Formats: sequence, structure tokens, C-alpha cells
Amino acid sequence: MPEVAVTLPLFLGALLAGITRGKLRAILMLAAPIVGAYLVYTLTPGQNFETTLFGKELTPVRVDSLSVLFGYLFHLAAFIGVVYSLHLKDTPQLVASLAYAACAVGAVFAGDLLALFLYWEGLAITSSILVFARRSGRSLGAGIRYLLVQVFSGVLLLAGTIAWAHGGNGLDFNHIGLESMAGKIIFVAFGIKASFPLMHNWLTDSYPEATPSGTVFLSAFTTKVAIYSLARGYAGTEQLIYIGVTMACFPIFYAVIANDLRRVLAYSLINQLGFMVVGIGIGTELALNGAVAHAFNDVLFKGLLMMSMGAVLHVTGEMRGSELGGLYKKMPKTAILCMIGAASISAFPLFNGFVSKSMIVTAVLEEGYEWVWLGLLFAAAGVFHHAGIKIPFFAFFGHNSKHIETAHEPPKNMLVAMTIAASLCIGIGCFPATLYSLLPYSTDYSPYDASHILSQMQLLAFSALAFLSLKLYKIYPPELRSTHLDAQWVYRRFAPTLIRQSFRFVMSVDQAFRKAVLKLMGRGVLGLARHHRSEGVLARSWPTGSMVFWVAVLLGSTLLMYYV
Amino acid sequence: MSEERKDTGSKIYLFDNPKNVKLVIRGLLVLCVILVILDLIIHRHSVHPWEHIFAFYPLYGFVSCVVLVLLAKELRKLVMRSENYYDPYPDADPFDDDGNQEHHDA
Repeated sequence: MPEVAVTLPLFLGALLAGITRGKLRAILMLAAPIVGAYLVYTLTPGQNFETTLFGKELTPVRVDSLSVLFGYLFHLAAFIGVVYSLHLKDTPQLVASLAYAACAVGAVFAGDLLALFLYWEGLAITSSILVFARRSGRSLGAGIRYLLVQVFSGVLLLAGTIAWAHGGNGLDFNHIGLESMAGKIIFVAFGIKASFPLMHNWLTDSYPEATPSGTVFLSAFTTKVAIYSLARGYAGTEQLIYIGVTMACFPIFYAVIANDLRRVLAYSLINQLGFMVVGIGIGTELALNGAVAHAFNDVLFKGLLMMSMGAVLHVTGEMRGSELGGLYKKMPKTAILCMIGAASISAFPLFNGFVSKSMIVTAVLEEGYEWVWLGLLFAAAGVFHHAGIKIPFFAFFGHNSKHIETAHEPPKNMLVAMTIAASLCIGIGCFPATLYSLLPYSTDYSPYDASHILSQMQLLAFSALAFLSLKLYKIYPPELRSTHLDAQWVYRRFAPTLIRQSFRFVMSVDQAFRKAVLKLMGRGVLGLARHHRSEGVLARSWPTGSMVFWVAVLLGSTLLMYYV
Repeated sequence: MSEERKDTGSKIYLFDNPKNVKLVIRGLLVLCVILVILDLIIHRHSVHPWEHIFAFYPLYGFVSCVVLVLLAKELRKLVMRSENYYDPYPDADPFDDDGNQEHHDA
């Protein structure tokens, strides 16, 4: 029954990483993803694990080509991430990394929405530890915000699941669609994790605040689980095309001006997710294949870029573009590996980004969405501009920074992890057939024909030319120490200010009311006092004579009445 | 990437020499020219008529990047704030104001 145990190696690895130390821990942590990947290899599609709980039919593990592909991908990402973090002694971080990977694997093998929900929340909790592990004031705040958003997405997923099951659809996780209210709620839950526009800011807020190796894990799992879930539940939903092209385009403006280089990569991650979301929205076999293949490749090249920036952060303690530069002199190997990642994300021919991005772009054009196609071309040129050129340029070239004196190559395990990712980027780019054979639909697509290569090279070369001319004519905006307002302004500035102001208003109303009541009570007391204090009308002593007089008047009038 | 400079012993690196920078720039220019010329030679099998416009991809790539940067500069005027806009005391110990919990834990 290997299907039951598909997440077991990684969970066990996480557990053992918590109680062992030194070389033994390193060996166990490296073995966990390898054993897990072997387990995935032994699975055959259709080999599901089904059970009944409280009268509900559940499928905690479902095996098909889509889940197997993501299963391989996540074990691969976990392996590279483990190699990258071998020098660490920070136990909570190491445990969280493997548990996080295990939850991601569990989520893509989940055959019912309940299991998906459990792993979904598991992802939120384990990954937040990777942000907290930076142990700074900023990371604490960012981690709490991250956790709130992620848990909110989980709550929506649970609410949607209950509504979906209540509508008589059962708990199986298959195509959901936007027709029902439940479908819409689950769509938003997935959308938050996939960083749809205006729901994206948790990503660019928290990823740059995580630890160097934490960000490598983060960039691999959460968003890819969301892409997998969208592909499973909402393939062919037209709204996704427009959401996706927005995601591909707007972050690149922020990426151009962002100073923290890992924030630049976080924005460019949203941009790449945009391509995948468009592919899922198109929903043809070619487009879905492209989306899934691009998710696979993105884990590799985005991981590689995050690793190279993590290496710079590890060595210099600095990530702001304004404070970096010239590091190729001391970190040439890291610089070359970073440029391989840059070439891959920019989709240069012979690098892996090219073989998957071109599938999506071709599918968009074949289905006749020409404006979306123009948007994606713009995004493709833009990604080369900010991730392909800006990242290596400002970190490793550009002006000479003060860090050159003390910089050196990062620890060997970091270089090895980057080399593995870089070799895979080039390997898949040169021999895409292996990746294509794993895709959910069989394909005879070939990215390498003269027109494709030529148009892509033209697009990229002239983007580089644009960067060069803007730089030479000093139009290119310099890196500045700064924060840029984004959607999070609503919950980090506007809402707190609104709440503070409304409290202030309520307090002032409350104070005025209390004052008025006190004044009223004071007046009442005074009134009472006027009548009842010692000289008051009702309390003063009366002379006996007047008493006798009034008694006489009373008796006299009674007598009079009696006679009348 | 580097060679020993004989007289001072300090290293000069690849791009410390302006000649090498010029070489890279010229290389890019030559590549661009070749790619535009190839546009005339290679027959493109295309899906969309716009792809047949001469130098469509080069122009689109160049113009979109220039527009991207110019718009981003405008965006900066709108959204740029100081580095510590959200938290004015970024290096403050988060546990300090409730009895220094960090030390308490240790």
C-alpha cells in the first residue's frame, strides 16, 4: 500500500530532523525526499486510497498523472532545498522545511476536499515558521500577517467545501467551476494562495523577510499547490485568462522599482504565476500542459534565483539593490549560476523557461485571444528586464559596493544546490521531451522551430537594448532605499488609521455624552439641595404661629364646606 | 575573471577594464542587427497577421521595455515612501515592551 504512505518519508524526515543532530541529521534529511520520490515512482495512476469516515466516502490519496508530476516536482524541490540548507543548525527551521514539503505533497495527492483543507492549513502553519525563523522585528510582523492571510484562505476553503458537499456534490476534488456559490468561495480560497491581483501582497510582504533558505522553500510550494488546485478545479474558466494576464503584467512595474532584490523576485514570481493562470484559463490540452510544465520549470529557475540571492544575503547580510553591486569579483560562481537562472526565467532558447512559456503563448494565440497575447509578450519582455537583467546587474555588476571587500563564495552546499538547479534548467531546456512525457496530456509539441527561436531572441535582445539605452542615457530609475505602497496599504495603514480615527470619534462622542449626563446629574443634585438642604424650602423650620394659622384655615374651610 | 596586476599586486577584474564593457555593448548591438536581418531571411510560419509586420518582435520588445520603465518611474512618484514607512522602528526588539520576553525565555 505505497499510496497511503506517500507523505510519510517527508513527515518522518521532519520528525527525525528534530531529534537528531550533525551528520546523521544531514543524511536523514537528504534521504527523506529521495525515498519519497521513489515511492511516487512506484505509484500507478488510479491507485487510490479510499476510506469511509462518519458515513462519508473519502479519498485521502488519489494518484493520476497530474498529482504524480507535482509529486516528483515537490520531492525534487525539497531535495534541492535540503542541500541548500545543510549548513544550518537551526532545528525549528529544518523541521518546518520538511514538514512544509510534506504538506505540499499531501495536498497534490489529496483526492477529496477535506484532505486538501487539512494539508492547506498545514502548509500555512509550517511555512510561517520559515518567516519567523529570521528572528527580526520585521519578520515577526510579516510572519503574523502571512499566517493571518493563509489561515483566512483555509477558512474560506473549509466554508466552500461544506457548502459544496451540502449542495450534493460530495467531497471528491474534481472540476468545481464557478457556477455555484460554493465554487466561487473555493475559487477565492485558491486565489489567495495563487496571489490573484489585490490578494497578492502577502507574498511580496513575507517572502523577502524569510530566512535565506526559507524563501527557497516558500517560493517552491505554496503558490504551486494553488496552481495545481486551480488546474484541477477550474481548468477552462475564462475569468482566469484575464486574472492571469493582469498578474503577468502589473507586478513587473513594481519589480522595476523595488529595492529589496528578493522582493523583485517575489513580484516576478507573481508574474510567472500569471502565465500559468492564463494557461489554466485557456484550458486546452496544450495550454494546460504549458501551465503545468511552467509550474515545474518555475520551481527550478525561481528556486535558483532565490538561492543565489539567498547566498548574497548569507554572505553580506544585505539584500537592498541600492547597497549591493560588483560582487562578481568575489562571488563569480554564484554570479554565473544566478545568470543561468536569469536566462531560464527570461525564456532564452536552450533554457527551461522557453520550452514551457512558449506552449502557453502559442495556446493563447491559437484560441484567438490576441490582446491577452500582446499582454503576455509585454510580460515576457518585462520579466527579462527586471529578473533577467536587473537582478544579476544590481547584485553582481553595477557600481562597486562596500561589500566587495568582505564578500566570498557561499558555503559549498549552497553552491551544490544551485548547481543542481542550474543543470536541470539547462537539461530540461535542451531535452524537453522528458518533461513533456510527464505532462497530463500526451503532446507532440516542439518548441524548437526557427520562427519561435527567432521571435523570442528578437524580443529578448531588444529588451536588453532598451535596458542598455535607458541606463546609458541615465533614464533608468536608480535603486533607492524606499518602500512602495501596494495593496497591503489597505490593511497596514488605511484600516488601522480608520479604526483609530473611528475609535477617536466614538471616544469623543462618549466623552461628550458622559459630560452632559454628569452636568444633568449635577443640576438635579443642586435642585434637590435647593429644596431639601437645611435652608431649603421643604426643609426649613416653620414658626409655630403660622402652623396654628394654617390649621385654623383648614378647619375653617372644612366647616364652611360642611355647611354648603 | 581576474588577473594579477604586476605593479601594485591588486587585482583588476573583467569589467574594471572599460574595453570589456564596450565589447559587451558592441556584441549586443551586433546581435540586434543580425536578428533584424534574419527577420527578412527566415520565413516565419505564424498564427497571427501581426507577426508578419517587419521587425514586429524587436519593436515590441524595445518599446514595451521603455514604456515599462517610464511608467514605473511615474508609479514611483505615486507610491514611493520612506524605507521605514510601515514600521518606524525596524530594529526594535519586538518583545521589549512586554517585559523582554526573549531573555525571559532563555
